[in-house]
Amino acid sequence: MLRLPPFTYHTPKNAVDAVRIAKEYGREAMYVAGGTDLYPNMKRRHQTPAQVISLRDVPELHSMEVLEDGRLQIGAMVTLTTLEFYPHLKAHYAGFAHAVREISTPLLRNMGTIGGNLLLDTRCSYYDQSHEWRESIDFCMKSKADAICWVAPGSPRCWAVQSSDSVPIICAMEAEIELAGVDGMRTIKGDDLYQDDGIQYLTKKPEELLTKITLPAPGNWKASYLKLRRRDTYDFPVLGVGACLWFAADGTIEKANVRLGGAGSYAMPATKTEELLVGKKLTDELIAEAGAAAMKPARTMDNTDLDVYWRKKVAPIYVARALKACR
Amino acid sequence: MTEPNKVLATFQVNGEPHEVAFVPHKTLLEVLREEMTLTGTKHGCELGECGTCTVQVDGTPVLSCLVLAVDAVGKNVQTVEGLACGSDLAPLQDCMADLGAAQCGYCTPGILMAADALLKDNVRPTRDEIKEALAGNLCRCTGYLKIFEAIELAAARMRGEDAEPSKESIYGS
Ligand SMILES: Cc1cc2nc3c(=O)[nH]c(=O)nc-3n(C[C@H](O)[C@H](O)[C@H](O)COP(=O)(O)OP(=O)(O)OC[C@H]3O[C@@H](n4cnc5c(N)ncnc54)[C@H](O)[C@@H]3O)c2cc1C
Ligand code: SF4
Ligand code: FES
Ligand code: FES
Repeated sequence: MLRLPPFTYHTPKNAVDAVRIAKEYGREAMYVAGGTDLYPNMKRRHQTPAQVISLRDVPELHSMEVLEDGRLQIGAMVTLTTLEFYPHLKAHYAGFAHAVREISTPLLRNMGTIGGNLLLDTRCSYYDQSHEWRESIDFCMKSKADAICWVAPGSPRCWAVQSSDSVPIICAMEAEIELAGVDGMRTIKGDDLYQDDGIQYLTKKPEELLTKITLPAPGNWKASYLKLRRRDTYDFPVLGVGACLWFAADGTIEKANVRLGGAGSYAMPATKTEELLVGKKLTDELIAEAGAAAMKPARTMDNTDLDVYWRKKVAPIYVARALKACR
Repeated sequence: MTEPNKVLATFQVNGEPHEVAFVPHKTLLEVLREEMTLTGTKHGCELGECGTCTVQVDGTPVLSCLVLAVDAVGKNVQTVEGLACGSDLAPLQDCMADLGAAQCGYCTPGILMAADALLKDNVRPTRDEIKEALAGNLCRCTGYLKIFEAIELAAARMRGEDAEPSKESIYGS
């Protein structure tokens, strides 16, 4: 049986205590929400925290509320199943609700949380393997600092892939992330939580607790998410397009955010695509042109499922379809 | 790190109390199988990728290989052992057996617990709803069709209908 390594289990009753314990133990400690990413990783010995801090008993992380100004605030511990069946989400955030439903399997969504999904570890075919498998290739840079990267052996960095389904659309929608640290709370834009590195993929401090995510109030924008994967269940995205377009009253696009998940170590902006869209109306011709412009930024590497060249080639088609869904 | 001390706790499994001592980093799957000898729940991938370890915690189907046992204390745990009433199989089990929906049977406990949770919520699930409810349970033998048919037949019988398996289900078309 694949077993978890031993650890001490903490169940703080509020966010302040959780952060305090995390700070006290430093690198030894990790938070756990649903455990559907952390526990498989611990069983494969990717992470072996001696202190595991469960967020299950922190009430403020379990709430969900429509704020007075119409924004939707979701606690980090809200499960993906709860979100999937929340009528307000389906009615006003159909693109995001779709992204949530595309995550893993119904059983895993019963356990996994939105906070855990936003912080999901990056993935790579040379990394998401058993300890023995990785030992046989003498590991790689993501688990051993002096080892090489098997995907790009000359590379000084890790190219593990951003694989969460909610991240591209959250960044495109400019949702806000609330973090609690030792010095209090701070709020940042989704994009600012991530950086282009397979190992240090988050900008937050290790002890910072993700408390809430706030979606913008419904308005003159529409967001969509489109996922490419081998099977219609279980599989992580090998490409995940999150798009959000803001429209003027006459249908002209005022602002466009397009993010590519599964194509790099963070949800990369398809900048050329965004530039092409702004100031125009979303015609079939524009959709095709803006889609085609996403070929270049789709920086696929040979470290996920499916053929690397084919993944790059279909990126324009997926981007075009995601844009069409914003109509 | 040295092995942490064991904790003593009482679990409610299939409506019965089980008092066991276990180390806090054990999964519910390990404690069910190794401390309570409830080996009906199977272990497969142990990484969330197969569904054979599915049990219900407070009625919700979850993967026992990724739930810590300490997190299930004080909750109502249902395993496959709790489905039959004495020697009387539950309709779902009966229909799975009648239709040959279990071949090697390794996925069956997980499929039963996921399907049982579905039928508690939804007495008349469509084929698509059944597929969705089982989208986290792999079966390498049956090709799923017999499983879907067995769940539909069980649902009909549980609604009190006098349903029989179709001839095609049993003899093929
Ligand atoms: C077979 C399988 C298939 C999967 N398929 C998909 C998929 O298709 N798409 C997808 O996006 N994901 C997938 N997942 C990954 C995972 O199930 C989800 O991403 C899930 O939402 C993770 O949430 P969690 O609560 O279980 O996270 P956890 O495992 O509890 O935590 C994940 C990480 O975030 C940290 N963390 C969690 N909450 C907080 C917080 N509030 N503050 C600070 N740090 C925190 C943890 O320390 C850990 O590093 C899959 C997993 C499995 C096992
Ligand atoms: S991209 Fe390279 S360093 Fe990063 S996980 Fe893969 S093989 Fe390891
Ligand atoms: S053993 Fe739990 S999902 Fe495979
Ligand atoms: S009957 Fe063999 S795996 Fe399903």
